[in-house]
Amino acid sequence: MSSPADTPQTPETTDSPRENGGNGESRANGSELVRFTNVTKRFGDVTVLDRLDFHVETGKHVTLIGPSGSGKTTILRLLMTLLTPDEGTITVDGDHLNHEERDGKLVKAGEKHVREVRKKIGMVFQQFNLFPNMKVLRNVTEAPVHVLGLSKDEAVERAKGLIELVGLSEHLDKYPSQLSGGQQQRVAIARALAMRPQVLLLDEVTSALDPELVAGVLDVLRDIAHTTDITMLCVTHEMGFARDISDCVMMFDQGRVVEFGPPDKMFSEPEHERTREFLSTVL
Amino acid sequence: MMTQGMFENYFLPGVWVTVQVTLFSAALAAVVALIVGTLRASRLWIVRFLSGVYFELFRGTSALILMFWLVFAVPLMFRWQFAPMYAGVLALGLTYGAYGSEVVRGALAAVPVAQREAGVALGFTRFQRLRRIELPQAWPEMVPPFNNLLIELLKGTALVSTIMVADMTYAGNLVRIGSNESAPVYTLLLVLYFVMAFVLTRGMRVLERHAKAGVGQAPPRGGLWSRLALRESAGEGSGALTAGGAAR
Repeated sequence: MSSPADTPQTPETTDSPRENGGNGESRANGSELVRFTNVTKRFGDVTVLDRLDFHVETGKHVTLIGPSGSGKTTILRLLMTLLTPDEGTITVDGDHLNHEERDGKLVKAGEKHVREVRKKIGMVFQQFNLFPNMKVLRNVTEAPVHVLGLSKDEAVERAKGLIELVGLSEHLDKYPSQLSGGQQQRVAIARALAMRPQVLLLDEVTSALDPELVAGVLDVLRDIAHTTDITMLCVTHEMGFARDISDCVMMFDQGRVVEFGPPDKMFSEPEHERTREFLSTVL
Repeated sequence: MMTQGMFENYFLPGVWVTVQVTLFSAALAAVVALIVGTLRASRLWIVRFLSGVYFELFRGTSALILMFWLVFAVPLMFRWQFAPMYAGVLALGLTYGAYGSEVVRGALAAVPVAQREAGVALGFTRFQRLRRIELPQAWPEMVPPFNNLLIELLKGTALVSTIMVADMTYAGNLVRIGSNESAPVYTLLLVLYFVMAFVLTRGMRVLERHAKAGVGQAPPRGGLWSRLALRESAGEGSGALTAGGAAR
């Protein structure tokens, strides 16, 4: 579970000759769930992602590490469709995220298509982003009821199960502002899981927390990583956590994958100088 | 002093008319403000443009002239006659709705982008985000400026006396002409407007408190009506709950 002994695969062949490919890694059951093909994202003059190619296999937990500004969070935000790529395509479970096929051609996807594909993806944010106008239970039931069309009873049952999983059953009837940061983040995790996404994106989920609250949130995530088959993409500075849950760690710098591999290898004997340098500053 | 008969026959019905005009125009203005204010945040430029035109047009024209226009020009131009009271309500509602749309637009813009993103991440449609996330969170921000507008509107209803609607001001003028008692009549009018404005303010304070409680910013205290009593509260209600895990 925690020690993926498999060797990382060699970078996949890609259209872009200059790019590394991260590859979930080679467990036999893993079919490809998320794929970035030649994705470029710019903010003004700054190229945040530079012809990025990688894919993640079903059920794998991939951690993205790298210095700030290296494009890790941008990858998650592209996947969540909070941003759109300037070039390249992203597919999730075989469906294009930002494009749809019409008459054999790829065209920019309509709102409806995007919303449909988006249902496969859930995200937990650095700042929790709970809805302050809803109590804990409703934060978790609102989307299943109004987006998935679950009945109220079903949604409540599902929500209560998840809220229990994150250890907040006594707080169902509180507003987010009445909870600590760690508790809010655990509600946010339950809220994302209530949509039963195939991919869970975790965007520096402990960075905004007081140090003593970090462990509780990480424990919940460890539990989820080890007991469910959900695919995770995780941006974090908690290297211990990354080591525990990841099948694959990808090192980013300046919009490129520097290297990738199982955490044991990445943390103990990284190949690239840039990775060593970065790890020495965070470990 | 005014004679008893004049007070009962003219003034009291006038008070009632003022209340009615205020409530009807406020209701119209609220609807207009909500719709126009929301449309002004649309992502479609044409919608933003048209709602912007409405806003500029009605903010820039005088409610009084608009009333005259509805009562005196519309019948000549379109062969159609408004009941004066509805012309007054329409003019006030459309004008104050334009002012209110700015409040709605501003309050919506003040909802953190992160809330929109959380809504997107959970798959809500634009309309669902607006209705379930953005407007409920913007609402507590709208109440205080709405209170201002409502009081402006209340005092603005005096304008309907110029188009022969027998409101409080109109009745006051009648009584003054009949009795020649300018000082008591206008003093009474001032006091009455003040009292009505004060009652509205108290009501809006209660609304504000409830709105804030609805986003977990302050605990609801007692029922809606129990708060109408004048109990000004230094620091009350800003209690423990907002201190600790205050919203980020």
